[in-house]
Amino acid sequence: MNRWNNQIHNNILSLPSFFFSFSILIPNNFWVCNQGTSKPFTFITTGSVYIVSKVVIRLYNNKGNMPKDNSAPSTPTSARARHRRRSNEFPADESKTNGHLLLVNDHNKYRSMWIRACSSLWMLGFFLLVIYLGHLYVLAMVVIIQIFMARELFNLLRKSHEDKHLPGFRLLNWHFYFTAMLFVYGRILSHRLVNTVTSDKIFYRLVSRLIKYQMVICYFSYIAGFMWFILTLKKKMYKYQFGQFAWTHMILIVVFTQSAFTVANIFEGIFWFLLPASLIAVNDVAAYFFGFFFGKTPLIKISPKKTWEGFIGASVATTISAFVLANIYGSFQWLTCPRKDLSTGWLHCDPGPLFKPEYYPLLPWLPWTEIAILPVQWHALWLGLFASIIAPFGGFFASGFKRAFKIKDFGDSIPGHGGLTDRMDCQMVMAVFAYIYHQSFVVPQDYTVETIMSEILSSLTLEEQQILYMKLGQILQERMFGWD
Amino acid sequence: MQKDHGSSAPSTPTSARLRHRRRSNEFNFEMSKTNGNHLLINDHDKYKSMWIRACSSLWMLGGFLLIIYLGHLYILAMVVVIQIFMASELFNLLRRAHEDKRLPGFRILNWHFYFTAMLFVYGRILSHQLVNTVTSDKIFYKLVSKLIKYQMVICYFLYIAGVMWFILTLKKKMYKYQFGQFAWTHMILIVVFTQSAFTVANIFEGIFWFLLPASLIAVNDVAAYFFGFFFGKTPLIKLSPKKTWEGFIGASVVTTISAFVLANVFGHFQWLTCPRKDLSTGWLLCDPGPLFKPEYYPLPGWLSRWVLPWKEVAILPVQWHALCLSLFASSIAPFGGFFASGFKRAFKIKDFGDSIPGHGGFTDRMDCQMVMAVFAYIYHQSFVVPQDYTVEMIINEILRSLTLEEQQILYTKLGQILQERMFTFFLPRVIASRT
Repeated sequence: MNRWNNQIHNNILSLPSFFFSFSILIPNNFWVCNQGTSKPFTFITTGSVYIVSKVVIRLYNNKGNMPKDNSAPSTPTSARARHRRRSNEFPADESKTNGHLLLVNDHNKYRSMWIRACSSLWMLGFFLLVIYLGHLYVLAMVVIIQIFMARELFNLLRKSHEDKHLPGFRLLNWHFYFTAMLFVYGRILSHRLVNTVTSDKIFYRLVSRLIKYQMVICYFSYIAGFMWFILTLKKKMYKYQFGQFAWTHMILIVVFTQSAFTVANIFEGIFWFLLPASLIAVNDVAAYFFGFFFGKTPLIKISPKKTWEGFIGASVATTISAFVLANIYGSFQWLTCPRKDLSTGWLHCDPGPLFKPEYYPLLPWLPWTEIAILPVQWHALWLGLFASIIAPFGGFFASGFKRAFKIKDFGDSIPGHGGLTDRMDCQMVMAVFAYIYHQSFVVPQDYTVETIMSEILSSLTLEEQQILYMKLGQILQERMFGWD
Repeated sequence: MQKDHGSSAPSTPTSARLRHRRRSNEFNFEMSKTNGNHLLINDHDKYKSMWIRACSSLWMLGGFLLIIYLGHLYILAMVVVIQIFMASELFNLLRRAHEDKRLPGFRILNWHFYFTAMLFVYGRILSHQLVNTVTSDKIFYKLVSKLIKYQMVICYFLYIAGVMWFILTLKKKMYKYQFGQFAWTHMILIVVFTQSAFTVANIFEGIFWFLLPASLIAVNDVAAYFFGFFFGKTPLIKLSPKKTWEGFIGASVVTTISAFVLANVFGHFQWLTCPRKDLSTGWLLCDPGPLFKPEYYPLPGWLSRWVLPWKEVAILPVQWHALCLSLFASSIAPFGGFFASGFKRAFKIKDFGDSIPGHGGFTDRMDCQMVMAVFAYIYHQSFVVPQDYTVEMIINEILRSLTLEEQQILYTKLGQILQERMFTFFLPRVIASRT
């Protein structure tokens, strides 16, 4: 009962902070004209309230000495995390009790499920807040998650015995991380950065130079790390050091591929980040519930808790919810408009033909005569299909990896759930697919005046655009005269 | 004499350069063995093997020059063949036969990933060249355009298929071995394809940008051998005990001078300096560009009177770029060799393979070349390519894809937008400067 009281107190303390922050947000919406400046203020207020509440909760917990069941979440994704973990944990109990499908009548299980539900809601709220704040804050969230994931994975296969002999080796990992970050985000955000700093001439020149020589800077940074690695090779530690070097590269590739594509998606429109992420969450929750109620035949040897019934039921649920969610998300301009620079203000744009509703007549005996479908919903069906069939393989890969190296979890950032990588495994596969799908099938491929114009405005600096204009003028004049 | 027997029948065009480099390794080793005795051991066997190596080197050098003469497409083929050999050596390297018996089809997975990577890398690099080659036939053109448009999707699904296949073939008690092989495959493919992608991109910019870095690496190795042979005393690095500081510094100087000279020699041939826009094999005629036009610098008076008979010297601007390349080739590219040596020591292997008799495998020979190829491409893209390159690309796109009316519409729209931007950008400053 003490533990239960503690957890209720945790929730009681965290909920008011949550509502307080929202109460600040809503009036801002209505009485501040320039929406762009109210957002940082909101964020700072919410952030400080969140930090204060966490500190208070920790102090309270330390007094009560109950660290494990601390439901105050440490990262924004534990809501989704807990949703997904629930799907893993309960089928385990199920298989333990020899196929007994009913929830074990245990107060502890109910309590933990209630705590998880509360934390999930809290985290969902935080996630919605970040989405509301905008592209730049979503980017910041992605970067923070990425740093935590990289740290977990770097620490994973390290052996402390060898590390004592190798001072500065950990620093090398972070050097490569920094280089990769400069390279990946430099390429993706270069155009938007240029568009943001067009106000100040000196800053603009500096940023243009940096972007022009970005590849060289990143290359030399990488070579410096490479040379540093070679110069610190110690006798009898070669194998360990090379193993760590390869491991670092694999981690950085895995982490940065998916985050690069995630960030690219975000700036195409939050829709293309939010929809895939929600589909994965829905898939996990649906798989849990279907497995819970109907699960009998195991799916794959690597993950004995997954069942075929859960898999198929989740596929159906994901596809249907993809269709519905796409309709809901497509109605908000905040989600569907692309962001051309790094500002944080409101967005107004022409959503494009994908988000304009088309009307299809329905069967006469239904109450509605026609139904409005956004063309993007058909694309969402494909995303749903991928999320239900192929994205779970990311989870299988992570499970197999943990079994291979005999580790229980990737880390312990999220209490009771392991680390961030445990939660992001399926998300990573989905983010890459969402970007590739978007680039290949959603973005119009034919070169029209509009597309080339947007390409000119986004990829060239002002001087280059002027040069292009003059050259094009000359060529057109020659062609006109040549024809006469 | 089995080791030197097969050396005269070369298996690839690059063993000439390879044998040059290996000679530097082998003789330094002999040198350190005889406790600093710098003279060549008076042994008929050593002279015979040196003679055989010299013959094979010349033979291989000839083969390499023939490929250069034949053109871009044949060099591309040579690079691909070398790549396949390197990949198969490296795939076999950390494999254990015992586990492999229980995993049928695992080797095919490696080659599946290899094929996917090849499609991805070469598809991106050669897409424009491919489109320019097949413009003759309409159906073929449509097919190729579709392939290029969906190239990323095709490669992605091939990769995902490979990952799913991998997951479905995971066997109990073999997990660690399989994951290790999976990671190893990825690392190999990254190493092999990064450098070959950049090499191929360099080739189609002009054979000059492939030939010059490769020659600089070869010159560096040969010079390091000779300087180490005659003057080598202080060891350079623990990883490679055969290398000496004297060899390193002497080779740096020689490489820099030869870069200056070689750039001048190579820069006169249009075959080497012209970029190739399609996949044909005919002659190339083009305007070399300002980089390859000689500029005349007057020599100082005392030099022209006493030392050299010329009043002025013709220097191609590209020679200054070659100096930067040589600086990299002499100081940083050898780290590729150190990396490979350290790797072999770590995993207690003598050589990466045995394709080349007496010299180990391809990877032993290509280690420094790989680092140099990447740098050459990055240098070329950042400092050599004229700065309005993207402007040219976009103009080409406009002229290719739009009709005349559309081009004029684009022109007027661009004019309007630029006028608006000029006002928001420059007008505040104009006002500020006036007040």
